[in-house]
Amino acid sequence: MTLSDILTGTAVTSVFLLSGIVCAQTAEELASDDPAVRGYAIAERNDKTDAGFGTSSVRLTMTLADPRGRETTRELQIDTLEKPNEGDGDWSVTKFFSPPDVEGTALLSQARILESDNQWLYLPALRRVKRISSSNKSGPFVGSEFAFEDLTASELGKYAYIYLGTETLDDGSEVDKLQCNPQYERSGYTKLHCYFDTATFQARRLEFFDRGGRLLKTLDLLDYRQYPEGYYRSHRQVMTNHLTGKSTTLAFGDFDFGVDLNTRDFEPSALDRF
Amino acid sequence: MTNSNWSEGVGRAVATFSVGARFALVPLFIIVCLAVGYGASTLKFAGDYRVFFGADNPDFIANENAQATFGRPDNIAFVVIPDDKNIYTQDTIELIHLITDKSWTLPYVSRVDSLTNFQNTRGEADDLIVEDLVFDPAELTPALIEDVKQAAENEPLINGFVVSRDGEATIVNATVQLPTDVANVSTMAQEVARTIRADVLRQYPGHTIHITGVASLSAAFEEAGVRDSSTLIPAVYAFILVVILVALRSVSAMIGALLVILLATFVGVGVGGLTGVELTPISLAAPTIILTIAVADAIHVISNIRTKMRQGAEKREAIISATTLNFAPIGITSLTTVVGFLTLNFSDSPPFHHLGNMSAAGIAAAWLLSITFLPAILMLLPMKFKKAEEGVSASRGEFVGAVADFVIARPGAVAGSVLGLCAVAIAFIPTMTINDQWSGYFDERLEFRQAIDAADPYFGSDNVEFILDPGEPGAVTEPKFLETVDAFAAWLRSQDQDVAHVFALSDIMKRVNRNLNGDDPAYYAIPDDRTLASQYLLVYELSLPYGLDLNNRVDIDRQSTRITASMKDISTEETKAFIARAEAWWDAYGNGYQLDITGSKVLFAFVAQRNIEAVFEGAIYLIIAIFVILAVTFRSAKVGLVSLVPNALPLLTAFGVWAILVGVVGFSVAAVGAVAVGLIVDYTVHFLAKYFRARKTDGKSVEDAVRYAFDTAGVAIFLTTVILVAGFSILVTSSFKLNADLGLLTAVAVILAMVINFTLLPAMFLLADRRKNAGNAPHLQTQPAK
Repeated sequence: MTLSDILTGTAVTSVFLLSGIVCAQTAEELASDDPAVRGYAIAERNDKTDAGFGTSSVRLTMTLADPRGRETTRELQIDTLEKPNEGDGDWSVTKFFSPPDVEGTALLSQARILESDNQWLYLPALRRVKRISSSNKSGPFVGSEFAFEDLTASELGKYAYIYLGTETLDDGSEVDKLQCNPQYERSGYTKLHCYFDTATFQARRLEFFDRGGRLLKTLDLLDYRQYPEGYYRSHRQVMTNHLTGKSTTLAFGDFDFGVDLNTRDFEPSALDRF
Repeated sequence: MTNSNWSEGVGRAVATFSVGARFALVPLFIIVCLAVGYGASTLKFAGDYRVFFGADNPDFIANENAQATFGRPDNIAFVVIPDDKNIYTQDTIELIHLITDKSWTLPYVSRVDSLTNFQNTRGEADDLIVEDLVFDPAELTPALIEDVKQAAENEPLINGFVVSRDGEATIVNATVQLPTDVANVSTMAQEVARTIRADVLRQYPGHTIHITGVASLSAAFEEAGVRDSSTLIPAVYAFILVVILVALRSVSAMIGALLVILLATFVGVGVGGLTGVELTPISLAAPTIILTIAVADAIHVISNIRTKMRQGAEKREAIISATTLNFAPIGITSLTTVVGFLTLNFSDSPPFHHLGNMSAAGIAAAWLLSITFLPAILMLLPMKFKKAEEGVSASRGEFVGAVADFVIARPGAVAGSVLGLCAVAIAFIPTMTINDQWSGYFDERLEFRQAIDAADPYFGSDNVEFILDPGEPGAVTEPKFLETVDAFAAWLRSQDQDVAHVFALSDIMKRVNRNLNGDDPAYYAIPDDRTLASQYLLVYELSLPYGLDLNNRVDIDRQSTRITASMKDISTEETKAFIARAEAWWDAYGNGYQLDITGSKVLFAFVAQRNIEAVFEGAIYLIIAIFVILAVTFRSAKVGLVSLVPNALPLLTAFGVWAILVGVVGFSVAAVGAVAVGLIVDYTVHFLAKYFRARKTDGKSVEDAVRYAFDTAGVAIFLTTVILVAGFSILVTSSFKLNADLGLLTAVAVILAMVINFTLLPAMFLLADRRKNAGNAPHLQTQPAK
């Protein structure tokens, strides 16, 4: 499962389904003495829990808080199409409902793995679609503590993984700890620490380290629920910036899977339809 | 004199016990003082210039609020000056690019701004292209360098901010969010910055790189403190050795005095550590002050022992009687000094609380040690003083006696001329100006000061932040508001005698509007529609890379924005005048929007005022405390009131002298009152104690009592003055101007106090006596005639 899948709540296959998918060779890799092999296998196992969700749609509230506790919210909807091309990431359209000034704005993102994403923004005040030619996945998403690269698809190939050990979280669940080294040249991070639940294979926590190698942000993925389709989704995600004391909370509504969307809905020309 | 009998009784008991129990007391005191002193091991330097501002200071609160909203604006700036004074060269641009890259490894860095990473937005049809102005310097050509130069000179967001307007210098500006709870963090960041500079210069010689910025200021405070402790404290010890050897001519006495001083210092500094003091150059003055005062205490006792032994007393008896004699005077003078230092807690600046509390603890310890530990250790050490041979003290006595005769001969003229001179000096006080331009806190020996001086002509040295709030979430993109921001930015730019650069959201807005309209220069204006402006801002924000976002410019509610004015190194007065003009402009043209003015420049501009206000309150308590101490000591409210004159006058006159000689002072001036009064009241105590003893116990006439007071207390006062002046003069050599001011001003006050206590105080008694006698005089004179 990719990072963006976790964040946008894309899809998770059930553990039962998974146990069939995970082949003997993976089981061997999962116990490998080589931390790189083992790390990759853990990430891959997570990735596979998400395979086959097709499309999804979810409403969410993004709450930004400053260190004094002042808060402001933004209402969004994210529609996702599972990677239409092999070697690409997922495609998504993020629609803004609030704040009022940006209501109707829609961001199309065709994620790529090691290159800059293709992005277009529809501006209702201008009734035009503007292409954003930016090499920057590292910037913040609408003033939040989430960077684009935290949000947009990060497929298995986006990091090199190193298994660091197995730990226990505060709630008693067991997690595999991986070091994830960004392969994207212009990443804002030197590394991540990723904690995958050993029972559900879902990411429970991500720690982001800045270019000086210091812990910058922590993302906690909470309130996982399993959908009838088998996929797990976190419904509450809290990103804390340790440098500024600011935080951003994403509160997700229910996910709809298998919504009627196809590649034509993820073209720039389709943006003004929302 | 039951009072003195009682205190002498206690004094004798304490001294006798201390001498008797010396084998237990000496190690006990050493162990206890070392244990307290061990508390000093937790002492850490304050990592932040904010330590100078009290938690209740309204300017500080406004500043903290602004920082909670926009992040901390503290910066580490690499000021690059190429030898050929042209930054638009292949070599220099490569260097800028390299520093920019490396700056991202600074601790707690949140943003890096430079010429090369400026987000050079362009519009092409319906595309918004966002890229670094220089992404890869290896691909540069002379023509491209010329393009970079053109872009830089024409862009208000760059020109004057990261490149100087004349193209001679450039800055890589790293914004850092240094945490307040991590000790020594500024110094740590400074170390990294210096390593970066060294690495870069090795690769690209032919450049000078200075490191400045507000985060570097915090580090410079620490550097000044360390430098001071490594130069001042050894100097004070050297001075003490000289004084003791000259005054006492005994190695044992020197060892005893040194131990008292050392242990008192351990206690003072240890108490600082135990109470969680953060070290600053100001609190680091405490050891010097404790040393100075402790040596005075020890010398009073030892010189008395010496006198007794020279008069033929046996060692044990000499020690006990000298301690007994000094028990009350040292106790009272220590008490007034401790009270004086404790009133520093009224200051608005926590470092002065730290200085006050550490010094008070050390002075109290010095008193206790001088009457217990000192007699005990002197008893243990071999000590001999030759009998008789009055030479030295006789000549000293002669000098003091001559002063006494002079005053007794013409008290009216003496009082009149002293008061007149004081009045002249005091009349100059209003001409004194207060300047807390922090660059001036550091003298030219410090690298930081050199860096500010080099950078200032190009980029200014500090910021004033203007927080503009239209009063409603999202309203930051309201055209009327943005037009107001733009007009205000233009007005700020017109203040170019004070302002080096202005960074405003309106410039970003105009640029983005142009970009999103195919780079048509006609669109370089504020968008006339609020939703359009909001959506432009959204596009722009979505395009920015890590650390170059708008979160430090616009709050999360889109309700307020921050304009940053890079200020030239102007004085406090000029800063206040500039702020007043900005407020006046806003009142007239601000369309009723809210304006808050903050930033470190503003904090320092008002720090003296806040401190002086706070200290005035403390001064009232200090005066009351001293009045009570004196009234109780001399059992007379009248004496208590009269003695306020020789205490207040030297201080006021010292300020007057300072106004004439120097004219400018920093906010440490507020601390001088409390420190100096606590010291100079001692003179009055010593003098009056002897005077009243002669008058009341021995029934001497006023003139004889004055002469007796001079003979007995005069030498001690003179010796104390020499010690205090020398000790505080050592502070004058501090590389930190606030300490130097404090030291010099206190030294001047102490000298004036001695002069006034030697002249005005006896003259007052003599004149009062003569006026009283004047009524009786005809009667008295006619009596013998009959």
